[in-house]
Amino acid sequence: MTDPHDPARELPLHALHVELGAKLVSFAGYSMPLNYPEGILKEHRWCRASAALFDVSHMGQIAVRGSEADAALESLTPADLIGLPPGRARYCLLTNETGGILDDLIVTRLEHGLHVVVNASRRTADLEHLQATIGTRCEIDGSADLCLLALQGPAAAAVIERLSGPLAGWRFMSARNLSPSGIDCIVTRSGYTGEDGFEISVASNAASDLARLLLAQHEVRPAGLGARDSLRLEAGLCLHGHDIDAATTAVEADLAWTISPARRAGGARAGGYPGAAVISHQVESGPARKRVGLKPEGRMPVREGAELFERGGAKAGVVTSGGFSPTLEAPIAMGYVDTETLRSGTALVAVSRGREIPITRAELPFVAHRYFKT
Amino acid sequence: MTETRFTEEHEWLRMESDDVAIIGITDYAQDQLGDVVYVELPKVGADITRGDAVAVVESVKAAADVKAPVSGRVVEVNEALSGQPELVNEDPSDRAWFYKVQLADKGELSELMDENAYREISKK
Repeated sequence: MTDPHDPARELPLHALHVELGAKLVSFAGYSMPLNYPEGILKEHRWCRASAALFDVSHMGQIAVRGSEADAALESLTPADLIGLPPGRARYCLLTNETGGILDDLIVTRLEHGLHVVVNASRRTADLEHLQATIGTRCEIDGSADLCLLALQGPAAAAVIERLSGPLAGWRFMSARNLSPSGIDCIVTRSGYTGEDGFEISVASNAASDLARLLLAQHEVRPAGLGARDSLRLEAGLCLHGHDIDAATTAVEADLAWTISPARRAGGARAGGYPGAAVISHQVESGPARKRVGLKPEGRMPVREGAELFERGGAKAGVVTSGGFSPTLEAPIAMGYVDTETLRSGTALVAVSRGREIPITRAELPFVAHRYFKT
Repeated sequence: MTETRFTEEHEWLRMESDDVAIIGITDYAQDQLGDVVYVELPKVGADITRGDAVAVVESVKAAADVKAPVSGRVVEVNEALSGQPELVNEDPSDRAWFYKVQLADKGELSELMDENAYREISKK
């Protein structure tokens, strides 16, 4: 179903997706599976109940190497990367001069340097940004021919254990080198669904063998970008270009936890990243608006772009992600709401297709995370 | 049962009596939409005009307008869809009918496609 006028790039697992009957769509310039014949709802529920395999090879994988790699990358983000222990991964934001979010990334410290996973839509821009800002201090390499698979769900750990041996002590946001059936991969216990799970970086020429091996396990079924989106929304996780972008800050986005203690006022390496003054001011005095969870009344989903108003009054914000929660069997959304409105507790309405829908603030995540942290 | 007619926008229409038509969306439409989670129907008694968006189908991935294939007055809506929107995926051509309309102008029927013509445009 790919638009013939849109030269969406096919990735190494394309043939497998076609064989599995995927409905393919163009996403950030790549031809990607939206869903398989089971459909988004069943794929979503399977991920929450067992384990789903996602091909997320459209995401960029960049190696940052050299003795100064961590210090250099730290100059672009409020995260502590110098203090990132070997084998650990951290969620980071690349900021601009106004404190806006250029991209959100996962940075992992591997044996030979930092491994950075970036959004597909920001892949080229991030590489250029890194080259331009820290390219003289370290080696920036986005050329490796890699795929990225995500195995997500409560049964994911049992699957990895069966194929690669005991997981003993393997915590959320840490990485290991594994070789299931002799296929070398770098696996991080992380994901974008709220479930326990693993993200697997593997050479493109071995990706199909690995995906088939995983799909041959009775717990595992394929899932596409449709389910990935509804799962991450239930988990209250941000989608760059929608919930966060160059005009939203970490503080507004309720991602201030990504500002490491070492980078905060009074910390060992306070500030020193683009937009630090703006961020630090917002941390102290509070942002003018904040990302919150929202629950529309009734059954009709309220989508991205719907404006929020105080009931019978002024504009109070906007919905940045909205859809239907298969777990709650109800519509859910996230959006930005003025801090004043939040403080006053004034009732809200969303305007969708000219109709006012009462909408209330909800705690995030909508569905509890089940990361393996102990 | 009379012949089913179709629009280019993937609605179907069948005459239930001399001047009342039943309207729904096609199997092709539901397949394109994916899992349906919400259907908004017109109000009984509403006067609708051909081409107007009179119903909405929300799937897990998107919202789609359903346009009126003919003009007239809505005489009945399928209440079952509010509690079981998934019927649209399961049985779009029969149990998941959307609404019934009393035609204002039977001449509009000639604008609709027969099944063969529709099959041509909905080839996957």
